[in-house]
Amino acid sequence: MTEQAYNFAYLDEQTKRMIRRAILKGLAIPGYQVPFASREMPMPYGWGTGGVQVSAAVLCPEDRMKVIDQGADDTTNAVSIRSFFERTAGVETTTSTAEASVIQTRHRVPEMALSEGQILVYQVPIPEPLRFLEPRESETRKMHSLEEYGLMHVKLYEDIARHGHIATAYAYPVKVEGRYVMDPSPIPKFDNPKLSDCAAIQLFGAGREQRIYALPPYTSVVSLDFEDHPFEASKPDHPCGLCGAEDSYLDEVIMDDAGGRMFVCSDTDFCEARRLAGHKGKDAA
Amino acid sequence: MYVAVKGGERAIENAHAWLAEERRGDPSVPELTIAQIREQLSLSVNRVMAEGSLYDPDLAALAIKQARGDLIEAVFLIRAYRTTLPRFGASAPVATADMACDRRVSATFKDVPGGQVLGPTFDYTHRLLDFKLAAEGETPPAPQREADPAPVPHVTGFLNQEGLIEEAPHDDTPPPDLTREPLKMPADRSLRLQALSRADEGFTLGLAYSTQRGYGRNHAFVGELRIGTVPVEMEIPELGFAIEIGEVTLTECETVNQFTGSKTEPPQFTRGYGLVFGQTERKAISMALVDRALRWEELGEDDTGAPAQDAEFVLYHADNIQATGFLEHIKLPHYVDFQSELELVRKLRRDVQSTQTKEAAE
Repeated sequence: MTEQAYNFAYLDEQTKRMIRRAILKGLAIPGYQVPFASREMPMPYGWGTGGVQVSAAVLCPEDRMKVIDQGADDTTNAVSIRSFFERTAGVETTTSTAEASVIQTRHRVPEMALSEGQILVYQVPIPEPLRFLEPRESETRKMHSLEEYGLMHVKLYEDIARHGHIATAYAYPVKVEGRYVMDPSPIPKFDNPKLSDCAAIQLFGAGREQRIYALPPYTSVVSLDFEDHPFEASKPDHPCGLCGAEDSYLDEVIMDDAGGRMFVCSDTDFCEARRLAGHKGKDAA
Repeated sequence: MYVAVKGGERAIENAHAWLAEERRGDPSVPELTIAQIREQLSLSVNRVMAEGSLYDPDLAALAIKQARGDLIEAVFLIRAYRTTLPRFGASAPVATADMACDRRVSATFKDVPGGQVLGPTFDYTHRLLDFKLAAEGETPPAPQREADPAPVPHVTGFLNQEGLIEEAPHDDTPPPDLTREPLKMPADRSLRLQALSRADEGFTLGLAYSTQRGYGRNHAFVGELRIGTVPVEMEIPELGFAIEIGEVTLTECETVNQFTGSKTEPPQFTRGYGLVFGQTERKAISMALVDRALRWEELGEDDTGAPAQDAEFVLYHADNIQATGFLEHIKLPHYVDFQSELELVRKLRRDVQSTQTKEAAE
């Protein structure tokens, strides 16, 4: 790729303007899915093209960018997207959550609370929370406009009737400012509470499905539940094996073929910072 | 492990280097040139141009070379390149009636003005492997004659004179642009045709075949299939008139479909339409059949629930770049979601097991 042949952050200014309009509309109507003319990107659909387009539209030369996938800065696709912006925008990159001004993420919200002035960009595969209840886009758009969310509540109720629990562990649906039911992207439901009342701007980009939606700072986001079956942000019931954290989301790593396993923070920056500060888990060398 | 801590970057670089080596293959075998691909794998080039929505045989050939012959990967390279190109404007509609035809056949009439021209077709070849090609011999030149300068009018025009086929009224409404606006439902016919023209050949073929086997059956005859070149003209504002800026090869298929009439329409023949870049006749015929199936509503037909009648189903799943990207993304790490599912399944199993023990105890 000849980087010089492309505009700052790859997309041309007209396209960025179109995306920024969609972002502004999304911020004005929190949780509403704004259709946008998603472009073909030099990476495949389903690999973060929505997030990449949103990031490209909000990036400024003075930004410092962090990219995570599954909470980690060093997973292959995070590495690939980070190097894409290094090449096409020349922005500084970082792995530190606190130092980043724009964070693109897939499937996680950083453990550390975000602050004002930061932007968190989510990669979204299927933006429509009602999609698996109703496959037709023409129908689901109608359901949103009429605020007709009965089907979703019936689904959650049926889960409880059948299993005793709501059987959704990630991409757990939320209601935004008492109006739109929204898909928080496939983050574990452990992360859902972090969406609410967050100081940062949260932007959601779905490239293949051509939708952008947004949460302005300090938006109320409530995970759907019932009074007698309240929402519970669950995580593996262990401390991190490396840093000993009790309150972070954990990955289960298989250690040997005898069933040995270890639980470690999925947020690599969070875990590293704790270890540097002297915290030590039971499996730390 | 493909997420070795801090190893991701080097792993990716090394994978790319290995890929480049595999693409080249055995270095003792001469390397393919772009011109060789363009000239000798022209039907691959045509497919890549059609589904990539970019008419440039050299770039398509380059994409095929870079993609190691994986045509969907090549289409993807072309699409990603196309989207970065500036838009200077739109051409005038091409006049396919004035096409310089290499091939033109009608299945509905034995002979038609302009004649039946077989052209360079596989149709009546016997599919026997030609081992002479393995010996890389020269091909003798094909016999030639002067092209007939007489016009080659559209076959459906003859049916129209008798009023036997539905009117296709002239419409100057600018069509929506699938590549510049998000796909919206319901999609009008011009948008559906746009999507079908760049749709995956295999998917379109499968859907078209399903209509022939009864899933949204519409009795198609190939009224006409023509392949040839048409000039592309563009209005230049500074000049105030249209000038020719090049020419493209197109395949156009018009089907004539039996129709016994509905509540709103009299008995008459109806139309399906296919128009695709390059010599791509399997795709053009498939497109025409699917187009006709999708028109059930405007013709007052019944929705039989067939996949080919369902515009949302067809249009949202016909694009192979969207489909392959989303399909292959499941190779990416999903261990955060998987971890949350693991916890849930363990919890549900515990519940079931404790109920079973309790029931057994009772």
